[in-house]
Amino acid sequence: MRYSAFRIFREGLTGNKGWKPVWREPDPKPEYDIVIVGGGGHGLATAYYLAKEFGMRNIAVLEKGWIGSGNIGRNTTIIRSNYLLPGNEPFYEFSLRLWEGLEQDFNYNAMVSQRSILNLIHTDAQRDAFVRRGNAMILAGADAELADADQLRAELPFLDFDNARFPIKGGLYQRRGGTVRHDAVAWGYARGADSRGVDIIQNCEVTGFDIENGRCTGVQTSRGAIRARKVAVCVAGSSSRVMEKAGMRLPIESHVLQAFVTEGLKPVIPGVITFGAGHFYVSQSDKGGLVFGGDLDGYNSYAQRGNLPVVEDVAEGGMAIMPMIGRARLLRSWGGIMDMSMDGSPFIDKTGIDGLYFNGGWCYGGFKATPASGFCYAHLLARDEPHPTATQMRLDRFISGNLIDEKGMGNQPNLH
Amino acid sequence: MTQKNRISGGQIDRTRTVAFTFNGKRMAGHPGDTLASALLANGQRLVGRSFKYHRPRGILTAGSEEPNALVELRSGAQQEPNTRATTVELFDGLAANSQNHRGPLEFDLMALTDLMSPFLSAGFYYKTFMWPRAFWEKLYEPVIRASAGLGRLSMQDDPDSYDKGFIHCDLLVIGAGPAGLSAALAAGRAGARVVLADEDFTPGGRLNAETHAVDDMAGADWAAQAVAELAAMDNVRLMPRTTVYGAYDHGTYGALERCTDHLSDAGGKPRQVLWRIYSKRAVLAAGATERPIAFGNNDRPGIMLAGAVRTYANRFGVTPGQEVAVFTNNDDGWRTAADLLARGVAVPAVIDTRDAPAPIDLPGIRHVRNAAVMDTVGRKGLKSITLTDGQVIPADTLAVSGGWNPNVHLTCHQRGRPEWRDDLNAFVPGASLPAGMAVAGAANGALTLAAALAEGQAAANAQIEALGFTPAKTDAPRAEDEPSTCSAFWHVRESRKRAWLDQQNDVTVKDVKLSYREGFRSVEHLKRYTTLGMATDQGKTANIPALAIMAECTGKTIPETGTTIFRPPYTPIPLGALAGRARGTDFRPYRLTPSHNWATENGATFVEVGNWLRAQWFARPGEKGWRDSVDREVEMTRNSVGICDVTTLGKIDIQGRDAAEFLNKVYANGFAKLPVGKVRYGLMLREDGIAYDDGTTARMSENHFVMTTTTANAVLVFRRLEFARQCLWPNMDVHLISTTDGWAQFAVAGPNARNLLRKVVDESHDISNEAFPFMACSEITVCGGMPARLFRISFSGELAYEIAVPARYGNSMMDVLIEAGREFNATPYGTEALGVMRIEKGHAAGPELNGQTTAHNLGMGRMVSQKKECIGNVLSQRPDMIRDDAVKLVGVRPVNRAEPLTAGSHFVNRGETASTETDQGWMTSVAYSPSLGHSVGLGFIRRGDERMGEIVRAVNPLKGGETEVEIVSAHFIDPEGERLRA
Amino acid sequence: MIINHPLLGPRDAAEFIYLGDAALIDRPDWQAEDAMQQFHDYAYLRDNPAGPHRELWYHEQGDRSWLVVTRDTTTHEITDVQMARDVARSRGRDK
Repeated sequence: MRYSAFRIFREGLTGNKGWKPVWREPDPKPEYDIVIVGGGGHGLATAYYLAKEFGMRNIAVLEKGWIGSGNIGRNTTIIRSNYLLPGNEPFYEFSLRLWEGLEQDFNYNAMVSQRSILNLIHTDAQRDAFVRRGNAMILAGADAELADADQLRAELPFLDFDNARFPIKGGLYQRRGGTVRHDAVAWGYARGADSRGVDIIQNCEVTGFDIENGRCTGVQTSRGAIRARKVAVCVAGSSSRVMEKAGMRLPIESHVLQAFVTEGLKPVIPGVITFGAGHFYVSQSDKGGLVFGGDLDGYNSYAQRGNLPVVEDVAEGGMAIMPMIGRARLLRSWGGIMDMSMDGSPFIDKTGIDGLYFNGGWCYGGFKATPASGFCYAHLLARDEPHPTATQMRLDRFISGNLIDEKGMGNQPNLH
Repeated sequence: MTQKNRISGGQIDRTRTVAFTFNGKRMAGHPGDTLASALLANGQRLVGRSFKYHRPRGILTAGSEEPNALVELRSGAQQEPNTRATTVELFDGLAANSQNHRGPLEFDLMALTDLMSPFLSAGFYYKTFMWPRAFWEKLYEPVIRASAGLGRLSMQDDPDSYDKGFIHCDLLVIGAGPAGLSAALAAGRAGARVVLADEDFTPGGRLNAETHAVDDMAGADWAAQAVAELAAMDNVRLMPRTTVYGAYDHGTYGALERCTDHLSDAGGKPRQVLWRIYSKRAVLAAGATERPIAFGNNDRPGIMLAGAVRTYANRFGVTPGQEVAVFTNNDDGWRTAADLLARGVAVPAVIDTRDAPAPIDLPGIRHVRNAAVMDTVGRKGLKSITLTDGQVIPADTLAVSGGWNPNVHLTCHQRGRPEWRDDLNAFVPGASLPAGMAVAGAANGALTLAAALAEGQAAANAQIEALGFTPAKTDAPRAEDEPSTCSAFWHVRESRKRAWLDQQNDVTVKDVKLSYREGFRSVEHLKRYTTLGMATDQGKTANIPALAIMAECTGKTIPETGTTIFRPPYTPIPLGALAGRARGTDFRPYRLTPSHNWATENGATFVEVGNWLRAQWFARPGEKGWRDSVDREVEMTRNSVGICDVTTLGKIDIQGRDAAEFLNKVYANGFAKLPVGKVRYGLMLREDGIAYDDGTTARMSENHFVMTTTTANAVLVFRRLEFARQCLWPNMDVHLISTTDGWAQFAVAGPNARNLLRKVVDESHDISNEAFPFMACSEITVCGGMPARLFRISFSGELAYEIAVPARYGNSMMDVLIEAGREFNATPYGTEALGVMRIEKGHAAGPELNGQTTAHNLGMGRMVSQKKECIGNVLSQRPDMIRDDAVKLVGVRPVNRAEPLTAGSHFVNRGETASTETDQGWMTSVAYSPSLGHSVGLGFIRRGDERMGEIVRAVNPLKGGETEVEIVSAHFIDPEGERLRA
Repeated sequence: MIINHPLLGPRDAAEFIYLGDAALIDRPDWQAEDAMQQFHDYAYLRDNPAGPHRELWYHEQGDRSWLVVTRDTTTHEITDVQMARDVARSRGRDK
């Protein structure tokens, strides 16, 4: 069913009785060409691009709960490609370009809104680092713009310019950055994949891998065994737990990241704003809530909830740069499991087991990567070679020493 | 306006009148009123507009679960959007305005959207607004944004102050209703340290809203008596106006106390206090929330929850209307009819969905059995109701009761799942509670009074007994259990009209059915697709009925259908309160250097360096800009002598028999053989082989070393050393103390440095070049016997020393040094001149040691010993980290010497197009060198060490422009090091 | 969270800095034949269980002890706290 204003009009006249399920609820078949483990954003995008770009149809996406229940269902909705390193920047720029045509591509309004993202600068050294970054972005074909304090004062008068502990000295804009309605991304990909024949199977938990002679031939699930020529894992926060079933240890720790939203407010914040001297970033959703977040709690956790010190730390950061939000109220907080990798960058790679592929380690940055992650994973699965923008996202890079450490924090996942 | 709906009774102070305004209209109420009760007393039924369809809305509830009656409270910078009229305590001069409408509240232009509702069903926006692409951001989204949102922020800085506090207790009791009071009394009498917190300004909970008796007195009087008893106990802390909003790990709870929100003028006191409560045990007695029944046009002003109607009548002496019909599926709704009749309010009918006799005998009442309300009339205020049997009953108010939901929220904050109880048709707390928590009373499903009182006491007794207290042998307060049977009736199937579930977000029964039809069947999909429960009331009245309807669609039971996850906060918390005092210049503490006062008095401009405030330069009269000052400071230092406070560098005192070997393990280069009285430059790696920090370490005596670290890494290096000491080599005899704040340290640099110091250092210490050469160190005395330390080290490349004195003498020492330097024309210099000189000398600093570079990149690869055990040396040899074509640190200078350089520029070969593929490296640090008369830069460039003399382009597309630069040695000044050895 | 410090008693976790898997105590032998592989595994492949986890915390705002805390990563319940130095010695670490 193609969505359009006309369709809405017609359905509205007939009591909205004609809408069809956005995806089917098929039973699993005994065998697929490719089984994707994980029905989050990346898994669904992978299935979508496999079907649409690489002509594969005999695909299943297995989801242990409901689709979109992972980090695509709880994040701060930001898209951007303001990365520094050559191992990352071309990939994220590829992702941003896919975001830009996404809705027309899958006929679903995910509300991609290129409202801009701004990283505030508070010291000269920070400015130098952001100039390096901005130039790296432009060299990779992305957009970047350096703003000085006067320009920001004119554009964002509500920031604290006059009484700040860490005065604002400027900022690095990426005007093409912005926000997306996160759930709709999962639903749009699911709809697009389903309509191309992909079986999306919810409430189907993978309990084991069938591995014979170093080759993965299928999975065991809560709904029975499923054979597959290739098994593609992308389970984000559950990466360590799932890959352990295949006997693999990963350079990943699972950490909790809290995120927050306020009550709905009339428009106050135009784009995404990131504090450069504390842990705080914020945007405003189309519904009016201020969506914001900060730092990891900092300890390994699968509990999907955090603790108070971080809540307060984040609010302090917010009040430090925009004291007008003092009377906005925190409505909801939540905690997601971040698959924090050892250098803060992800993996899209084959494993040491034939037929078993891994996509993970997205840290707290997986949402913006969703389209490119799906595309590049699909590329790897279909052609058995990495997409040109994802050649460094390998599992063996810690052995070779080819690190992709954007923040320079080393093998300490909670600092990335 | 007169208080036309004021009736007798209630806990308000009728002797005093409080004036307030709503939308500018002057009204009056009494102390003890909420804004909602006062609005109702004044006959104001229409108070707001819904989020999506802008439907006219009135007051639904009498508590924090209110979805409709949201106002902008106060004005100017204190304007507080989305404030629930039902929880606002009335104060004199209160000004409130309705929100989310265009034009007057009565004639909201946006109400047109209601007419469009067939085309605006759940999720319609996912299916359109996609063509043409540019229109989404240019047209559709701005329109949607402008009409979405609710209240407005003032856009001004929040003028109020907020505090934070910490409380420790044996037992935290959450909720001061019957169960909570009973619990607090039991624990308080037994001597436990008790905190009793309640979100209301009058403790008592439903006791204040009902006419039940406890211990033979009116429930409200019993509550007041219990509160008085608790207030008299030293071991009990009563916290009214305090919402416990979150249950965190290990018995920690977050709570918000509203201190001055109920006052016209805070009098300079904090508005609110955010408490962190550390409890050994907790009793959750948060009560229950009544839920509505969904039927056609059930959102009109005048349609209220039955329990709320009782609250207004019994507690506030207000009837919401003159003819109040009741619609119920349970016994409790009947109490509304009984209480209203007792106060002389007309009750035209009680409509009970059950085919059963009246649970309460109300003579003369019109009891409509086995029926339901199907539709209503009265757009801006209810006029009549239409029943399923076609009867039309005139009424200006309809009290609806769909049963009660225990407030299980805090039991779920640590991912506990509630359990369904068929007899209550409600979720109750599950088995997995936050550690240390017990639940009592209505929150636990004990929905009747006697049961709640008994459970509260029993729960508290069990909790404190586990802590070693002996419970007092007192009977539970006496009360009756009222009739409380309830049927499972969620929505009126016969209704053709839209029936609201989530009134704020305008989610109707049809939306839930559409959600089902389109495959959004899991509860989380339902919530996300329809926005059910995402409004400011967090679905407190909406979620369970919606769940029941989804269960009907899927043919599953409600518990099989599931629940959404409750997360903190229980009710919304202002960000100002979460931040407390940490805002403005108090966001983080300032660390001041020992010579800060001296610097202030001598014209310093300061700069933030981490938490430190350091002198950046010292402007002199006639200098037109910072460059003038910095150039002069560099020139005066290089020509004569300059003085800089370098206290911020980390200082770690290392002592013990194994101290030398310890240093040998934590530094990449050798330290075991450092002679006493000598200083050595040390490079520290992370275990992953990346360069981490550098500095000097001085051997003061055989077993005593003094290490310096960079300012940025002072704390981190100390932490890592402790890790090495305690976890890696636990049997080493080595001890560490951070002495960063203990010693004030000054760099004295320049050709006259020794001459200056000779005037300060006591004569018994020979600091001649022979006796105290480059890299010497010594304990000395200055100024006639004051202990000090002297290190002959140089960051500037000049003959230089660092002299350290106890921190409290730091400010004086600055004076002494400057005074002694007067004859040499000594200058103080700040961080800018420091930076210029280190770039001229080619020393790596933060921009080069950025956590991504190796010793190999820095040109110090050979310093990393492979002949000893030390942190990082093994992994530093990974193949991709020692590649020949890696970037190397070099110096660059502009080919056209007049051109400036920009840090952050990237290097590209001549004749190549700048791109990620052709990127040769980047410029890390730049400075104008007054010594050389042109700009100089440091940077990493591919194979840089092999490309001396080559010319490349430094491109800076971010700012536009590029500069041709020549690759040169990073040592621009005195490459042979003759000056620093002079 | 509250960490029951063996010397100081219950302390708010906010006083501590978290490092991670207590296996970071077991630093490999730098002279081993396969030292590079061992150090890779040591530095990069840590335990990441959903359940009890032995992990290192540093009492930075306190007595500067490194502690080995056994904490369940699914519930945050802490069942054991030891001085890291004692653990290190018991695992054969010396000088």
